[in-house]
Amino acid sequence: MIKVDGISKQFGKVKAVDAISFEVQEQENLILLGTSGCGKTTTLKMINRLIEPTAGNIYINNKNIFEQQPEVLRRSIGYVLQNNGLFPHYTVAENIAIVPQLLKWDKKKTESRTAELMEKLHLDKSYLHVYTGELSGGQQQRIGLARALISDPPVLLMDEPFGSLDNVTRSNIHKEFKALDELKRKTIIMVTHDVQEAFELGDRICLMDKGKIVQSGTPAELLFNPVNEFVKGFLKDQRLQLEFKAVKLHDLWELLPQLLKKTEGRSLSSVIDIWTALESFKFSGEESISIINHEGDQKQVSFEQLMAAFYQYKNKQGHE
Amino acid sequence: MNEHQQTLFEFMGQQADKLAVQTLQHIGLTFISLFIAVLIGLPLGIFITRKVKLSGPVLGIAGILQTIPSIALLGFMIPVLGIGAKPAIVALLLYALLPIIRNTYTGITGVDASVKEAAVAMGMNKWQVLFKVELPLAMPVILAGIRTATVINVGVATLASYIAAGGLGEFIFGGISLNNTNMILAGAIPAALLAIIFDFLLSRLQKLNFKKISKGTYAMPVLLMLLSSFYFIPSAYGGKLTAGFTPEFMGRQDGNLGLESKYGLKIHTIVISDAVMYKAAFEKQLDVISGYSTDGRLKAYDLVVLDDDKGIFPPYYAAPIVREESLKKFPDLEKALNLLSGKINDSVMTELNYRTDYLHQSPERVAKDFLEAHKLYKPSREGSAGIIRIGSKIFGEQYILANMYSMLIKGYTNYDVATKTGLGGTKICFDALTNDQIDFYPEYTGTGLLAILQASPKTVTEVTKSKDSTYNYVQREFEKRYQVKWLKPIGFNNAYALMMRRQQAKSFNIKTISNLKRYLNSK
Repeated sequence: MIKVDGISKQFGKVKAVDAISFEVQEQENLILLGTSGCGKTTTLKMINRLIEPTAGNIYINNKNIFEQQPEVLRRSIGYVLQNNGLFPHYTVAENIAIVPQLLKWDKKKTESRTAELMEKLHLDKSYLHVYTGELSGGQQQRIGLARALISDPPVLLMDEPFGSLDNVTRSNIHKEFKALDELKRKTIIMVTHDVQEAFELGDRICLMDKGKIVQSGTPAELLFNPVNEFVKGFLKDQRLQLEFKAVKLHDLWELLPQLLKKTEGRSLSSVIDIWTALESFKFSGEESISIINHEGDQKQVSFEQLMAAFYQYKNKQGHE
Repeated sequence: MNEHQQTLFEFMGQQADKLAVQTLQHIGLTFISLFIAVLIGLPLGIFITRKVKLSGPVLGIAGILQTIPSIALLGFMIPVLGIGAKPAIVALLLYALLPIIRNTYTGITGVDASVKEAAVAMGMNKWQVLFKVELPLAMPVILAGIRTATVINVGVATLASYIAAGGLGEFIFGGISLNNTNMILAGAIPAALLAIIFDFLLSRLQKLNFKKISKGTYAMPVLLMLLSSFYFIPSAYGGKLTAGFTPEFMGRQDGNLGLESKYGLKIHTIVISDAVMYKAAFEKQLDVISGYSTDGRLKAYDLVVLDDDKGIFPPYYAAPIVREESLKKFPDLEKALNLLSGKINDSVMTELNYRTDYLHQSPERVAKDFLEAHKLYKPSREGSAGIIRIGSKIFGEQYILANMYSMLIKGYTNYDVATKTGLGGTKICFDALTNDQIDFYPEYTGTGLLAILQASPKTVTEVTKSKDSTYNYVQREFEKRYQVKWLKPIGFNNAYALMMRRQQAKSFNIKTISNLKRYLNSK
């Protein structure tokens, strides 16, 4: 668990971060969202002490990070940068092995862990001994991720990790990112200015502006209960898509028609969002899809039924 | 001397020993200074990336050092560090600093910020960031700086020969003084080759991939030390006494060559410029020097001239040389000029030179004092019967003589005088005379014989047997060839001479060059 308590950072007269507080639960994925200059990156970098705050405290698992040696602290926190920050004079293997080397792992352990990660990240073994400059942007970003994950740190900080990728590569990596079991165990704080990405990857979102947190909550909370015009305005673009992404099938469970008959074959899990469910209509070409919730109950819905439930849900949210 | 034109290769073959020694010295000088410059410049460059406020002043100072003319910088070093390798190395190192500091600074600040941030975020401490990330990535730029510094050093190291530090400059500047193209090229070509070779090797090093460079970095200091040690190989041999000769003296028949062939004198010799030679002898850094017998510093530093008992130095008796046309045009001139004849001997001239060169009295005052003491001075008649143009070469003795002649002409004739002093060297002065730009100037018999008439070695040996035969020969030849007349000699002989400290010469009982040779051969 990460607890940020009244943290501030002042650069000269400018307050980059102004006494903000938030908590991130274990294995939660928190997104710091905002425009450039809102203080989100500064906030992130204070958590591994790349930037020292002017005031406030940060606790990771109830330990004050300012009472630890910064180098030791950093070795226990994974960090992924926008421009990947890979060492151009190191091979892929050497880049991934930076932290193990600092932690003085033996060579065997490093090698087997590297091989494991390479496989999980769909990186070919033949890349191990090439220099990083010869790889594509997507591959470099995967290696950046492998480097951050190698020592299996409980906390992962990501500074616009997919910001420099093209849309196609980015949406592929998003899928892998969500599917990666390694990441499901981690407490992650990710900075982004991309609303779509925030909604797709975040469990919770802190929307920041001018060094302060304007609103924090689940994507649906931000979308359906914005605290002010700023939040509303920020989420205005492609709102329908955001709504489809923010709402999960289990949110609609009660609104969906009762099960008529059990079906055999594949069922979708109710944790997926509506966007994904709609996509599955399109790809499967079926009249209806089957959904199963975590209790094992099953429901069968058609496209029209799903949309009807969604609008019912949306209306309810708005009036709360 | 050989009559046929010697080729460059013959010269290099003949002087192979010296060439090898000078080349090794040159490499040594270049790399000792480079090594020290890297030791200072690299940490300093790193330091100013950490304290960016200091980068302006540090780079500024290094930049100013770079703009000081090299000869001036060497000159500044002499009072502090004396002559020889020390000041040369310090001067070279100062020149090498700027490119090294600047490129270290640029290289390190140029490392991609996100790479540095990643290094810190991975948990590297500041030394790990420096050695594992910043230096390896900045290395190509740093090497480029070292490469620039090396080429600069190879070039500037030629000047080291001015202050007796050796190197290929000995041939280059000797060749320039002697107007010997082969000698110049024998120094200049190896120097240029060294610059090209080192530049090429360093460029290869720069292009190696990152990984190898970081290993190569450890080999660099070792290589630098090895190359530096070259300097000490040649200086391993020494002798009882050390001689300092000018580059010109080294290559002249009536200089070191004659000392070796006629006297069989073998002495540990270093090459040094005329400007610092006398002082170095006084300060006991040199024991024997090649000087001019009437130089004022002889007196200033209490040196004695060794007697040239085998007569290898041709006489350089001074006398005014006058255009015959001018003598006809100004009938009273010859008489006025001859007033000085036989009045100034070697020690008097030395004394006069001492007053101008060392006590910094004006040549005019020195001239007037002398004339008054010898009851020759008469106030100017303010005559207007014509203007006589006096020339002089660009050194103290000639200024004094020109002033004396000016006063004598004004006092004893009705002519007025225009002085054109400071006409560079012999060639400029003599050309001015033959082209009717001046009417006369003081010249030396030896110069007339060797530099102007360029007499063959045979003739030189023949006519330099006595001062009179030299005088008679040049007088006859000048009249025949140039219609220029040598008037009566003034009396002193400003010839090349070997000199030693009075004290030392006395204690070793050395009075002549033969004595010196005997002393050197004893034991």
